[in-house]
Amino acid sequence: MSMSSALTLPPDETRRSGFFSRILSSDPPRSWVLSLILLAILLVLAATPFLFSGSQPLSTAAKICVFIVLVASYDLLLGYSGIVSFAHTMFFGIGGYGIAIALEQIEPTWASAGIGLVAALALSAVLAAAIGLLSLRVRAIFFSMITLAVASAVAVLASQMSEITGGEDGLSFQLPFELRPAFRPLEDQLFGVTVNGRILAYYLIFFVALFVFLLLLRIVNSPFGRVLQAIRENEFRAEALGYRVVAYRTAASVLSALAATVAGALMALWLRYNGPDTTLSFSIMIDILLMVVIGGMGTMYGAVIGATLFVLAQSYLQVLMAAGSEALEGIPILPILIHPDRWLLWLGALFIISVYAFPGGIVGRLRQAKQ
Amino acid sequence: MTDMAVDTSATAELPRTKTDWLPLLLVPALALAALPFVGSGSTWVTLTVAGLAMGMMIFLMASGLTLVFGLMDIINFGHGVFISLGAYATLLVLGPLAGWAAAESLGLNLALLGLCIVAAMAVTGVVGAVFERVIVRPVYGSHLKQILVTMGGLIVAEQAIHAIWGASPIPIPLPETLRGAFVFGDIVVERYRVVAVGIGLVVFIGMQLLLNRTRIGLLIRAGVENPEMVEALGYRIRRLFVSVFVAGSALAGLGGVMWAFYRQTLTAGMGMEVMVLVFIVIIVGGLGSVGGCFVGSILVALVANYVGFVAPKLALISNILVMALVLIWRPQGLFPVARR
Repeated sequence: MSMSSALTLPPDETRRSGFFSRILSSDPPRSWVLSLILLAILLVLAATPFLFSGSQPLSTAAKICVFIVLVASYDLLLGYSGIVSFAHTMFFGIGGYGIAIALEQIEPTWASAGIGLVAALALSAVLAAAIGLLSLRVRAIFFSMITLAVASAVAVLASQMSEITGGEDGLSFQLPFELRPAFRPLEDQLFGVTVNGRILAYYLIFFVALFVFLLLLRIVNSPFGRVLQAIRENEFRAEALGYRVVAYRTAASVLSALAATVAGALMALWLRYNGPDTTLSFSIMIDILLMVVIGGMGTMYGAVIGATLFVLAQSYLQVLMAAGSEALEGIPILPILIHPDRWLLWLGALFIISVYAFPGGIVGRLRQAKQ
Repeated sequence: MTDMAVDTSATAELPRTKTDWLPLLLVPALALAALPFVGSGSTWVTLTVAGLAMGMMIFLMASGLTLVFGLMDIINFGHGVFISLGAYATLLVLGPLAGWAAAESLGLNLALLGLCIVAAMAVTGVVGAVFERVIVRPVYGSHLKQILVTMGGLIVAEQAIHAIWGASPIPIPLPETLRGAFVFGDIVVERYRVVAVGIGLVVFIGMQLLLNRTRIGLLIRAGVENPEMVEALGYRIRRLFVSVFVAGSALAGLGGVMWAFYRQTLTAGMGMEVMVLVFIVIIVGGLGSVGGCFVGSILVALVANYVGFVAPKLALISNILVMALVLIWRPQGLFPVARR
């Protein structure tokens, strides 16, 4: 095992062992442009509360953080293990409902948030393991269909069990006192901004997201991650080398489910609300697919690029398209095609082109350009 | 098929493949087992007939997918969009012929339904051919890419439906004489469900005859077993692939029409919603098996109906339970297709 993982390491990665290299698990972006973009995203996200005023930019930034975790955890499955799951939003939703139910039913304190998160993580792990063991022992393709079926059943279940989950309306709840807007930890303003609980909540999300992302990067670059990639490349050969394919794939799906659960918890914490539309719906699943493929499968950094691009597009592209649509008024067909509601059409087309022409997505493209 | 005598003697010498009766017996066994739980006999008949009709509609939608998978080893996650498209294609007929739908004549109503089906199958068949060429053909052989790219096709096609017909749901009324139900004592049978059972049976029998009694069917079955060998024997497997894909899409369109009239509303997402059931059915039946798909559809629909009556809370997860139990019993589905 140690030999095979040492052999698969590219030579330049074994040499470096500086601080940054260790933080990034010896898996640097490997492209100047990509490094700069990632750095810019990191810095802007870190400084958002002080750079922009108003609540919309902060919400967009928080959403980007949450989706980076969600998409990166999905990349662990899709990009590194080569299996397609449609149940990722289910785990996202479990995390959200875990926090929401605990804070609403027990009391708005840190302890109950902890209980909710732990319960959600446990439920996700059990479900992911069960689905994996049931479907992955036959063929990976079963996994896709079964996850789709199970996820839709859970979505229906969540909207039906309204006494616990709030049904279609979802649950609104109070956060622990330190995360409420009324909480003021500092007497004075900091860089001209009043620090309140909302900003603390943002930083909680930011740092947890950063931590989970680096953890996922660590996982995919560990010997375990190498085995996953070996299975992805050639299942039969990996099995012949003595790795239990089912066990590895199931473990990957459990890890990815746990990370998605954390992302769901963060989302609920930010929105102070959780409902079927914010975490469980199938359209979010499609969004995740788009983000991971356009950003770049099997790169982890692709998750950062994809999530940032997509959330920005979701928030601002429609405005742009509305302007374009009005400008082209009078010309046949064109205004219909760039109607603001059609933005998904274009992302879908971009998605198909990405799968065909740039399997590595934007990150793969940038890395190629360097060579 | 001219030399039948030689044919039969040849099969007599070969060890006959045993018909797998167990899964077939499952359906009547299940229906009988449900009887004591349901209680009243007339309710049981009503539920069973309704379940059969539901199963037929699911079969219509699922059969194309499983056929394509069996022959081409292609899993089309965009199959649902053909269901939606078939459903929307009824508008092409219903618009100009609204009078036929309102007429109190069974003949005109059925003719209208027939025209809807023809229109839907034509539209989905053509789109299927384009879909195969543009979306699917570049990714033969890679399941991962197939799933991704067909999902992409689904997104684009759903958006295109939104762009053409608008995003809001469109109501479509059932033709006049197909509404309501036949009532025999306590037994209630919706008329439309009888039509659905009829069409489902015709398609199933037609497919079985085509697959088992014709030359094309022989080639398709041979292609499922071993495509390289069929190609080596000089048949253009590619052409066969394309025609099966088109046929599969057209079947989805047919299923879409039936499903649309059953729901009586059109939404672009309706195909994707029912795809969950479709996937369960083809997994239960065994990927690639038409017979398995038929049995699976009826099994799933009956269970959903019985459970929905006896314990409504459980109905939501009954399909998943059926699937889990079948997979524990036979990990490849009821009728595993040999090759893969």
